[in-house]
Amino acid sequence: MSYTITAVIFVFASALFDITVTKVRLLKRRAFWTSYAIILPFQLLTNWWLTSRNIVMYRGGAILGIRIAAAPIEDILFGFALLLGVLSLWVRLGRRS
Amino acid sequence: MGRWGYVGMLAFTVAGSSWLEIAFSVRVLRRSVRAFQAILPIALPFLTWDALAIRHHDWFFDPHQILGIYGPFQIPAEEYLFFLVVPIAAIMTLEAVRQVKPHWLIGDEAREDEK
Repeated sequence: MSYTITAVIFVFASALFDITVTKVRLLKRRAFWTSYAIILPFQLLTNWWLTSRNIVMYRGGAILGIRIAAAPIEDILFGFALLLGVLSLWVRLGRRS
Repeated sequence: MGRWGYVGMLAFTVAGSSWLEIAFSVRVLRRSVRAFQAILPIALPFLTWDALAIRHHDWFFDPHQILGIYGPFQIPAEEYLFFLVVPIAAIMTLEAVRQVKPHWLIGDEAREDEK
């Protein structure tokens, strides 16, 4: 479950980053969740491509074993944490200009 | 697809997002410095995670479906590109949503600065 645990930690870290570091609070914004709703199907599709074709493979012990569109559920957390962090910082950087 | 399997996914992501630059005037590529500044500090911990996961074999790649070019820490070139292509696509999506729904504040509007 090392991937599972790290993924959950990264989601919390990104949320904390958004709330306390950038203070953008994307998590409370409709534009963020709308963007994520647009991105998520594409993420599932690209995850499916990479995992169903065994381009990327996972050690059984590293994941829970719950799969969505062929990909470990942890991949969704990974993507969410990455995008929340980047988008929050992107918006924060826009405040200066 | 052979060794272009992973590159194909990246190309799909670029194709699916880059048109927003023109169609929705999102101006993300034109603000590439800001994009790079937003991506790099976030991508670094994720790349560290990637490197450790690859080292511990938490995940691994089919050597026949990647180009076989490796960057530092035995991370395939495709993974490095992933951390560029995917965040840019996400920023373009957020900016496109802003173009369509300008009244949905995302947090960098001038009025919010004054708070």
